[in-house]
Amino acid sequence: MHNKTIAELGAGLRAGEFSSVELTRHFLKRIDSLDEGLNCYITVTPDVALQAAEAADQRISAGDAGPLTGIPIAQKDIFCTQGVKTSCGSRMLDSFISPYDATVVERLNAAGVVMLGKANMDEFAMGSSNETSFYGPVRNPWDRERVPGGSSGGSAALVAARLAVAATGTDTGGSIRQPAALCGITGLKPTYGRVSRYGMIAFASSLDQGGPMTRSAEDAALMLQAMAGFDPRDSTSAEEPLPDFSAGLNDSLQGLKIGLPKEYFDEGLDAGVAASVEAAIEEYRKLGAEVVEISLPNTHLAVPTYYVVAPAECSSNLSRFDGVRYGYRCEDPKDLEDLYKRSRGEGFGEEVKRRIMIGTYALSAGYYDAYYLKAQKIRHLISDDFKAAFEQVDVVLGPSTPTTAFGLGEKADDPVTMYLNDIYTIAANLAGLPGMSVPVEPVEGMPVGLQLIGNYFDEAKLLNVAHKLQQVTDWHKLAPEGC
Amino acid sequence: MQWETVIGLEVHAQLATKSKIFSGASTAYGAAPNTQACNVDLAFPGVLPVLNREAVNCALKFGVAVGAEIGKRSVFARKNYFYPDLPKGYQISQFELPIVGKGELTVELESGESKVIGITRAHLEEDAGKSLHEDFHGLSGIDLNRAGTPLLEIVSEPDMRSIKEAVAYARKIHQLVVYLGICDGNMQEGSFRVDANLSIRPYGQEAFGTRTELKNINSFRFLERALNYELERQIDVVEGGGRIVQETRLYDADKDETRSMRSKEEANDYRYFPDPDLLPVEIDESLLEQIRDEMPELPTAKLQRFIQTYALGEKEANALTASRPLADYFEAVVNAGGETKIAANWVTMELGGALNKAGLNLANSPVSPEQMGGLLKRIADKTISGKIAKQVFEAIWNGEGDADTVIKAKGLKQITDTGAMEPIVDEIIANNPKQVEQFRAGKEKLLGFFVGQVMKATRGKANPEQVNELLLKKLKA
Repeated sequence: MHNKTIAELGAGLRAGEFSSVELTRHFLKRIDSLDEGLNCYITVTPDVALQAAEAADQRISAGDAGPLTGIPIAQKDIFCTQGVKTSCGSRMLDSFISPYDATVVERLNAAGVVMLGKANMDEFAMGSSNETSFYGPVRNPWDRERVPGGSSGGSAALVAARLAVAATGTDTGGSIRQPAALCGITGLKPTYGRVSRYGMIAFASSLDQGGPMTRSAEDAALMLQAMAGFDPRDSTSAEEPLPDFSAGLNDSLQGLKIGLPKEYFDEGLDAGVAASVEAAIEEYRKLGAEVVEISLPNTHLAVPTYYVVAPAECSSNLSRFDGVRYGYRCEDPKDLEDLYKRSRGEGFGEEVKRRIMIGTYALSAGYYDAYYLKAQKIRHLISDDFKAAFEQVDVVLGPSTPTTAFGLGEKADDPVTMYLNDIYTIAANLAGLPGMSVPVEPVEGMPVGLQLIGNYFDEAKLLNVAHKLQQVTDWHKLAPEGC
Repeated sequence: MQWETVIGLEVHAQLATKSKIFSGASTAYGAAPNTQACNVDLAFPGVLPVLNREAVNCALKFGVAVGAEIGKRSVFARKNYFYPDLPKGYQISQFELPIVGKGELTVELESGESKVIGITRAHLEEDAGKSLHEDFHGLSGIDLNRAGTPLLEIVSEPDMRSIKEAVAYARKIHQLVVYLGICDGNMQEGSFRVDANLSIRPYGQEAFGTRTELKNINSFRFLERALNYELERQIDVVEGGGRIVQETRLYDADKDETRSMRSKEEANDYRYFPDPDLLPVEIDESLLEQIRDEMPELPTAKLQRFIQTYALGEKEANALTASRPLADYFEAVVNAGGETKIAANWVTMELGGALNKAGLNLANSPVSPEQMGGLLKRIADKTISGKIAKQVFEAIWNGEGDADTVIKAKGLKQITDTGAMEPIVDEIIANNPKQVEQFRAGKEKLLGFFVGQVMKATRGKANPEQVNELLLKKLKA
């Protein structure tokens, strides 16, 4: 049952082959027996889940079920869930029970999903390996000595390990696509503004975007359908019409123009990963697509630009965690300054503090123009690169990451090498474009992700391109051993 | 040495919107602590601001009223600093691209002259909450009801050259924002607060001296006092061979002094940057057009019109146009039949005095403009005298009905029939032979005595002019 997709399970539920309560119990049991070794979940919510499953079963028998009704999923612990601990992977919010639901949570709940629990993640979504979580690292189900990627590492690993059918993730610089790639699942970061950020704890407001993490493009379309859409509570959410994301999944790729940015295939790319991507490109040729080389000349500026913009915004976004109203407060503060210093010093982990300091520096008087303002200008250049590319091609294709999953602890002491793992994913965030990672042929038993980047609000095209590949290959169906 | 005073003011006007600038919580004053703070105001993780368009409209009204430059785009910025009553750890304000750019305001001075004061900019921002340090046994309480209340910060050029000019400018801004209906102007509740920058320089010197900023001033009287104190202090420091330090000083109204809060060296680096949670505000021409069309008549224009249309003196017109409700009341009285001069007098003196005494304001006056107009009409057509009118006014105030009802019920109609008055006059002349003799002997002052007697006998209802005429005729016969 746990190997089925949302589409398959939904059909089974509606046909009365099994109930949502049975399905939910099955997954809760799996979490019980398998999650200890993986650490995908920060919080498991059996009561919430069974209650939702019962409600879903009623909707199903009343004939009022949608495609997600009764489907067990996990929410990344960055999304506020009313009455349930929302930690954001941090000691700072270890005691925080959210008084409200994020828009994404509200919408998925309205669609009838069953939330099994809250997924582990890098602290405040800052990390590429899930090692910065206050709740300990998540292990990659394909090799437990390796990282699952981050920051949505818990979400990626639990979908790969079949500890839920799907999960939500968030992506600020690759946090959906990179772990999706390293865990062999399908992940979609929508266009900035497509999915409401209300109730999604902010890391870098101008880059953050929530999206689905699933085992197929077809499932991603179903999840996105429920998650996306204008939200008056988020001023940056887009008033764009919402297409039917499933409608064009099977559209022919005959004549589709795929662009391969030459900068994504240079010496930094692992040969095995390159070969897997090549194999997928070959499949696209067979499907009738035309593949051309393009250039995104400012690619090398993406990582440094990101590491000015994202820390700058986070340094301000995380100021609200001050020990005054909620969250961690140090013991016996002597005075106000002591309260601030110790609550924040003790409540935040090292990577979060590093980024707050970088961001504070970048915004300081005398440095603002040289760093923040300049970074914003480079952002425009990077967007312009893509604008030019999309005049020639329909989608941009390349690897999601330079290598397969690295070992636990391998890069933990070297932040810059860690940051470079997001070299191919960051540009889409800076430009606000939708990006997707889909599994291609594994290298030495470890998953590899193919990245597709589309034009603004062209998620339907990305899903179509990904789905067609999944129709002719089985890479996305591979499961880690023992799961 | 003769010192020239240089003053610039920053006014924080709380905008009269129903809900906060970035959340739906109410802005009503005086609620129990933290009952008007929603998730957004409390800065819970994940919440986002949504701009209240009404606050933008208020700011634009002000901009149009002071003839300011208004850009097509305006941007909100975060001002970062830590304080317990600032829940997000930053205040959403504006830095570059404020909503209102350069403008100016003409201020009438006591001397009768007027002066143009430059307005540098006016920007929108959110207010912080309040820290309460009493009653918490060594701890501080935080009330976030005020957090997120919309403010318009109006920054002037350092154009004022005396404390009188500064106070006149502050009053004029106050009058303007109340006129525009964008601020209730209630200074006690903190709806209108003033920060003042003051420096001195020798007359003739062009360069400005080092300034100090005075904060926490919530009345015009305190503004005058704080500036006076600070001016004296600066002169003392400089003349004593010292140097003014650029710093923020707090005005303590109880001690009537200013004291140092923080110097420039300890000043925060606010790390302003555009708020990525809010899109730039686009101001289109049609919105500005609409605001211009809906612009109420402004104080200066109203003053001129009152002088011309109602043939009022400048002093009277000034008093009547001091506030929009008062001016509106006056015009309603005139429309209801009141003669303009009498109406000006009755509205400012009689009604003003009565309201003051009762501790009421115009909005809850027991006498409506229509009732007042009806009363004044009866003075004009001589149905009652001015003196009787006061009696009628009191009855209207007490809810006994309009003027005609009161006059009828109490029989206060003036006696204008000389035929009815003659027997009374004859009787009084007959009863006071001694006074008649003295009068006829040349003591004409005694006319007042006779008039008084007649009025007493008629309980004030006799028309005084006619009484005079009749008495003179009879006494001199």
